[in-house]
Amino acid sequence: MAFIDTVRNFYQADLEAIRAAGLFKEERIIRSPQWSEIEVEFPVGAKTRKCINICANNYLGLSSHPDVIAAAHAGLDARGYGMSSVRFICGTQDIHGELENRLTEFLGTEDTLLFPSCMDANAGFFEACLKEQDVMIADRLVHASIVDGMRLCKAMQDTYKHSDMGHLEEKLQEHQDKRFRIIITDGVFSMDGDVAKLAEIVALAEKYNAMVFVDDSHATGFIGRTGRGTHEHCGVLGKIDVITTTLGKALGGASGGCVSGRRELVELCRQRARPYLFSNAVAPVIVAGALKVMDLITAGTDRRDKLEWNTRYWRGLLKDSGFDVKEGESPIVPVMLYNARLAQDFARELFEEGIYAVGFFFPVVPKEQARIRTQLSAAHEKHHLDAAIAAFRKVGQKHGILGLGKKELMARYAA
Amino acid sequence: MDELSTVVRDYIIREYLEEGDDREITETTLLISGGIVDSFSMVSLKRFLEKKYSIRIPDADATPEAFDTVERIVELVRRFQTVASSA
Repeated sequence: MAFIDTVRNFYQADLEAIRAAGLFKEERIIRSPQWSEIEVEFPVGAKTRKCINICANNYLGLSSHPDVIAAAHAGLDARGYGMSSVRFICGTQDIHGELENRLTEFLGTEDTLLFPSCMDANAGFFEACLKEQDVMIADRLVHASIVDGMRLCKAMQDTYKHSDMGHLEEKLQEHQDKRFRIIITDGVFSMDGDVAKLAEIVALAEKYNAMVFVDDSHATGFIGRTGRGTHEHCGVLGKIDVITTTLGKALGGASGGCVSGRRELVELCRQRARPYLFSNAVAPVIVAGALKVMDLITAGTDRRDKLEWNTRYWRGLLKDSGFDVKEGESPIVPVMLYNARLAQDFARELFEEGIYAVGFFFPVVPKEQARIRTQLSAAHEKHHLDAAIAAFRKVGQKHGILGLGKKELMARYAA
Repeated sequence: MDELSTVVRDYIIREYLEEGDDREITETTLLISGGIVDSFSMVSLKRFLEKKYSIRIPDADATPEAFDTVERIVELVRRFQTVASSA
């Protein structure tokens, strides 16, 4: 069928409906490397503005680290630009295996397989390893890529209330008749920034004979005493059967992800996971950069320690200023505004003050849970956070919301 | 509310509302489009209804629209109870 007027009109109306619902997403153009200070053109065509960035996943400040850039350059020279192949045909270089081994050692698992992204790792794992007679029991706030991966799998799906261990136990009891059970959770939940109760989850998994799957994308490299992730933080190293994670956040921030865990499960992914089988190998330049990242994060904990300090300092500044902040320990610090319009206005006004942050609202977060999600980085210096809080206070004062809790904020914006 | 509506409503409150969430669930409260139940978690409700009422709801009929209020869920269950009893 040609792209005739009726077809075009249909899609134009579809886009218009997204705009009318206030859900149209626009990209802001960044004209500098990713860092704590960036140069942004927004809206398109506007004069470029220098901003403090508090919404990147650049947790360890390695996205534009000179050593990582140098290693990527060297990798480009030594192994070329692209592989022009999937891994199992002619796309596997020595450095792919080297990075997989480094990740296995770092995560404390048995084996690792690289994927083009963690989204692909999550899309591929379940279908490769579970069948009709199995059940997948997921926390209700897991990342969208896990939801997609579960939908591609024929095993039964079930969910439990967010971090509600009583509800999870009920579900595990209900599904004792299944062949295999797998509990699925994020390590750090991306919207709320809270850490999964992995010690309790592992205990339940042992009691009810279930496997445990953790997406640690918002944790690998910085959560836990040496940055191994939430399994280190919760004292369950070696007890998580499957970890998926990304190279696209703390570990250099380029792209790529992996499935890491029990040897047989990883090998099944190598044999059956469709995003691995039918996508190109991770580009050599990214693998070379990620290997340098592994050197940096295993040489010491200075970056994750600085990130921890920044997080504590920023949380304190927000609370002392009278903002309603979600409790947690991770560098994801949501400033709760509850109202979608307020969240959008607040983010826009922060941008006018030179602070780049984004408002999140339904359907990305539940209704009446609108917020500004702030994210800390080891690339932030104290002066960045002091400047950011001054802007938050100014905008907060303008809206008269400082010191208000959920009920007052919701009542104020109810109309 | 009749007995079937009460069973559905009670399940929704128990299965989907967090502790301390005192939102009222009536026969016409929007569940999925209202953000109380997400389509990902809806499968447990479908399974509960199938088991409790010994019916089979085909996936094509288990749409977010059909599960959006207690009223519509009750209609759906009654429809498939009729199918089951006439089979």
